[in-house]
This record gives sequence, structure tokens and C-alpha cells, in this order.
Amino acid sequence: MAIPADQVPVIELSGVTKSFGPVDVLKGVSLTAYAGKVTALVGDNGAGKSTLIKGLAGVQPYDNGVVKFNGEVVTLHSPRDASSLGIEVVYQDLALCENLDIVQNMFLGREEMGLGTLEEGVMEREAAETLQSLSVRTVKSVRQKVSSLSGGQRQTVAIARSVLKKAKLVILDEPTAALGVAQTEQVLHLVRRLADSGVAVIIISHNLVDVFQVADYISVLYLGQMVANVETADTNNSDIIGYITGSKTFEGATA
Amino acid sequence: MTTPIDTSSPAEADKAPNSASRITTTATSNLAVTIIGTGQEGSVRDQFAGYFSRVRGGDMGALPALGGFLVLSILFANLNPYFLTTLNMANLFQQAGTLMMLSMALVFVILIAEIDLSAGVTSGVAAGVFVLLVNTYKFEWVAALVISFVVGVSIGSLIGFFVAKIGVPSFVVTLGLFLGLQGLQLVLLGEGGLYRVETPQILSIMNDSMEPWAGWLMLVIVVVVAFGMGMWDRVRRTKAGVTNRPMALLWIRVGAIAVGLGVVVYLLNLNRSVSVKAIMGVPYVIPISLVILFIGTFILDRTRFGRHLYAVGGNPEAARRAGIKVTQVRILAFMACSFLAVVSGIFDASRIGSVDSGSGKTLVLSGVAAAVVGGVSLFGGRGRLSNAVIGAFVIAVIDNGLGLLGLPSGVNYLVTGGVLVLAATVDAISRKRAGGGQLRT
Ligand SMILES: Nc1ncnc2c1ncn2[C@@H]1O[C@H](COP(=O)(O)OP(=O)(O)OP(=O)(O)O)[C@@H](O)[C@H]1O
Ligand SMILES: [Mg+2]
Repeated sequence: MAIPADQVPVIELSGVTKSFGPVDVLKGVSLTAYAGKVTALVGDNGAGKSTLIKGLAGVQPYDNGVVKFNGEVVTLHSPRDASSLGIEVVYQDLALCENLDIVQNMFLGREEMGLGTLEEGVMEREAAETLQSLSVRTVKSVRQKVSSLSGGQRQTVAIARSVLKKAKLVILDEPTAALGVAQTEQVLHLVRRLADSGVAVIIISHNLVDVFQVADYISVLYLGQMVANVETADTNNSDIIGYITGSKTFEGATA
Repeated sequence: MTTPIDTSSPAEADKAPNSASRITTTATSNLAVTIIGTGQEGSVRDQFAGYFSRVRGGDMGALPALGGFLVLSILFANLNPYFLTTLNMANLFQQAGTLMMLSMALVFVILIAEIDLSAGVTSGVAAGVFVLLVNTYKFEWVAALVISFVVGVSIGSLIGFFVAKIGVPSFVVTLGLFLGLQGLQLVLLGEGGLYRVETPQILSIMNDSMEPWAGWLMLVIVVVVAFGMGMWDRVRRTKAGVTNRPMALLWIRVGAIAVGLGVVVYLLNLNRSVSVKAIMGVPYVIPISLVILFIGTFILDRTRFGRHLYAVGGNPEAARRAGIKVTQVRILAFMACSFLAVVSGIFDASRIGSVDSGSGKTLVLSGVAAAVVGGVSLFGGRGRLSNAVIGAFVIAVIDNGLGLLGLPSGVNYLVTGGVLVLAATVDAISRKRAGGGQLRT
């Protein structure tokens, strides 16, 4: 499970800062994520997790710090910068259009075109293939409207959308927060399959059971600082809770 | 990198969620078994069953309006024998023409959950500019027409700028313009000013009819285009390797269009005159409207802009995150609306034969009503141009039928208003039902 010393992380943040006016939300944060691995980002409410992710997505650029993508320094100033690198975010609030169907949502903003018109057939096939490659079986037809889907199915569509884009790094902000037991299980399986297909995955979650189930690495953010970076195999629940609440300090090297 | 696929079904996953157990992937794959459908599979019967279940699920589209149109037609036909005459039928098309165009215009902005209350006066201003240029400044009518479209589209881009760039609610911006543009009309045409339309080409849109053979040619073109589009879709889908609906459905569709439009063309080709001079043929407004309907529907259904318009209407934030230029889409929607509003202004000028400083003022709310009655959702993201057309016919039939009964115009307003509220209620309820899936987990 350990990362070979020579593997270059897909994403490597160092010294990242972000303030809103006088409030320093990120105070020099480091984070790494590797291809084929799930890195969980945990921390208490307001620790700065979503802010960290928004910087990676380009929607809210960082003030300072270095972002390396596959070893090269990059700038992330707009969602386009991020998506051209292959960084995809599945937001907490999903961001699907309920009035559109699964295919239309999966291809939104990058529709397949032919002769200046939408190639519905091609998109339909690729959407179905992508869902199948993720072993999704809860969806009957790719032409179902999103408004008719359950929470878990929507999450599935949102994740499949990032897969379709051939993302290198997929970031999931609390993908299981609103889901029941069975659907949580399905989504976590999906996350695992996503990583196994060679994608670097960062998952934010407040549910440590989920985190221990799916993550290879755990990074803990505490009041805008990265206080721990550990391999899941080397740690346990109570240690992580300690880092999250600040009652325990991490002895290992933080990145 | 190979992809081991975990094939444990949801049911198995249910049984095994020992919370401490780590998720691992096993390589026992029976991937080929899972086929996700596209909704196009199955027999004609399956397709109809699927359609009916969507309708039951709240996706009713234009059905209530079509039903309403039929019921009203039967009612009026029974109350007044004149209603079903071909003369009145031609009348109805001409009455509906202006409203239909304005309603189609409004669909573009209602789809993105906005409103353009100034669409009616925009149509009036554009018509005013046209007659002024032709009558007073002796412009070539084509040049004057082009300029009036430029004026209309500029108004649209102005609205779009305020709404999309600055963030002023469209209700307020267009209410302001509703008042402001009436002022502009007064300035241009003068208090009580009335300008006759002196361009025969414009007058004939609403007042003249095509030769009977041209009507039949129009029918042939419509049928060929409908069939051609259907076949084009099938060929593309086959090339992409996905299933097509049964061919029979395309035949049914094309057949229905051929019969429906065929009956209309046949009836309009009969002599409908009550005097010696024969009047027959399809009024020009019909082919013009059909072309605009086709182009508009093509844009909404088959182009990237159309798709993005629906996305912005459904969830602007999602559209933005998907990389759609939401501001640009919104501005274009307002421009499209104003463009079609100008067409409706020209139609109106043609029908009445003159333009005055009050032209287009009262029409806009009927336009909104027509769109909503036809099944366009005021919440945005749902509806088609054909909905607006059907809705416009419902409103026009109420107008026409009540007019024939000689009831005071107050009744007309009451009924139209009631129909609008009813339609908006149906919209709200069906939206709730369609969104009910959200609660199911
Ligand atoms: N746009 C903003 N303007 C001002 N302050 C902000 C803004 N966005 C976030 N913050 C502040 O930054 C801090 C971190 O917020 P963030 O959303 O990143 O936390 P989080 O770790 O994602 O929390 P949660 O677990 O509740 O989602 C909070 O104190 C929040 O109030
Ligand atoms: Mg958050």
C-alpha cells in the first residue's frame, strides 16, 4: 500500500493560504494525492476543507502557495484551468440540472457535436458505457430525468460525469452526507472503483467510518492548518478524532 | 492500468456493511450482463406505455392545453354554428398569429426563469420605427425592416445586460422598459399619431393567402422535412451504435402531421368568401410561422446554445460549474425574445394595417398566458416553442369564441385570466409531482 518513493503525486499543494478579509481560513496548507489512491480530507466544521477544495477547482483561487500538478507548477485561476488539467469536483450540493436527463447532465458544457448539432446517439452510448464501467446498476435508463432520481443515484451521476471527463483528480465534497446506509455503501464502492481505475481521489467526509472504509490516506485539517497526514493502515479512529479536535498532535512528518 | 470491477450488487452490499470492513475490489466480473437502457428500446406498445407513465409522473407537456383547445372548440361549435366555418378558421389563424409569435418570443426568457414584460411594447416600438422610416423618411421597406429588427434586438441586449451582467431582476428591468418604451413610442409617433402601413408585402402577411397549389406544396415540404429529420436522427443513432425507436413511431408521427396539416390546408383552400369575390388559400402567416417555429425548435433541441438555455433554466449554478457562460446565454435569450417580438409587431401591424403609439401594449400578458397555458413552466427549464403555439391557440379560441357569442369583453378577460391561473396551478402541481423523486431514497 505504501507509495513508492519515486511516484510523483498527481496534486501537491504546499504553503497554501487563503483569507477572507481579516479572517485567515487557510494558513499554509500542504496536501498530496496520488494516482489510484483515495485521500480523505477530514476536519471539523469551518476547518477550511471546502475552501481548500474550491481553490483546487479554480472557483476561489488561493492567495499564496504552490500548486504542483504531476510535478509541474500550475496556476488555478478559473474552473477552466482546473478542468483543462483534469481536476473535477463533485460538489456537496451536486450541481445537476434536474430538468435534464442523465446523458444531458453528464455531457453538460462539453457536448459532443456533429454538423453543428448535438450528437445525441454518441453521448447516449458513452454515458451508458461509463455507468457500466463503474458497475452502476441502480439506473434503468440513461434518459431518465435527474428529478426522478434518488440521492444516491444523483451522486452516481455526478461521479460518472467526472469519470467521463477522463479526470486525473476527482474531488468529492461529502458525497455520502445525505445518503442512507445502502446508498452510502454503493457510493463508497463507486469511489473505490474510481481510484482503482487510476484516478487520484480526494474525499471530504465527516463520517470516519466511511473514511476508514475507503481511504488509503487521511489528511486532517485543523483551523486552517494541516495537522496530520497518515496512511489509513497506520492509524485508528481515536487518533484521527484527536487530530480533528486538536487534543492530540501528530508526530509524523506532515507532508 | 487495469480496472478490477467490484460487482457486489446493492443487495449484497446491504448485507455486508460491517462498518469496520474495508472496501476492496474483487475481480469477478459479469460486466456484460448489466445493460443500461436508453428509453428507446421496446415495441411501439412499450413506447406508448413509457409515454403514459411519464405523463402520469407529471410530465404532461401540452396535453392539458390540447385537451382544453378541443373542449373549447366543441363548446363554441355547439353554441354558434359560425365558429366552424372556414372563414372563421382563417380568422382564428390570423388572430392567433401575433399572439403566437409573442408567446414563442417569451418562451426563450421563461425557459431561463426570467420574464420580459416589455416584449409587447418592444414589438410596438419596432413596428413604429418601421412605419416611420417607410412613411416619413421614405426608406426602402426591406431596409426599414432590417433596422426595426436591429432596434428590437438592441432592446433585448440592453435588458440582457442589466439582468445578466448587473443582476437587476428581469421583472424590474422590463417593467421599467414597459413604461419607458411607451414613452419612446409617443415620442416617435406623436400623441395620437397613427401611421398607415403602406407596404403591400407587409400587409399581405395577415391579409392575403397563397395560391391553393402553394398550400399543398407547403404540406409536402413539411411532411418531407419531418420525415427527413426523423430519418437523419435514426441514421446518426445507428452510426453511434445505440438503439432506435421502432420505425412505426416515425410513420405514426409523420402520418399525424400529414393528416392534421392536410385537413387544415384542404379547408383553407376552399372558397371561404361570403361575397362574390373568392377568398381561398392558406394565409401567408402560416408558412412564415411554421418556418420560424422550425428554426426555433431546431435551435432549442439540437444546438449547444439550446441545451445550455435549458441548463441555465434548470440550475444556473450547475450550468456555471459545468463551464457554461451563463451571462452570455442569458443575454442571448433576451435578444432572441426581442427578435421574435419584432416579428410579432410586424404581424400586428400587418393585421391592423396601421401602427399607433399604443401598439403592442396590452398583448404581453396574453403572451405569457399563452406560453404557460401551453405548458411552458414559469419556474424555468421546461417547455418548448410548440407549447406556446398551442397555448396561443387556446387563448385565441377563447377570444374568438366569446366574441362570436357577443358576450361583453369583460367576460373574455375573466375567462382568459381564469385559464392562466388554472394553467399556472397545473404547472406548479406537476412540478411538485415531477420533483417528488427527490424525496424517494
Ligand atoms: N466566502 C467566504 N467569505 C468569508 N468567510 C468564508 C467564506 N467561505 C468560507 N468562509 C469561512 O472560512 C471558514 C472555513 O470554511 P469552509 O467552508 O472551508 O469549512 P469546511 O471545513 O468546509 O466546513 P464544513 O465541514 O462545515 O463544510 C469558515 O469559518 C467560514 O465561515
Ligand atoms: Mg464544507
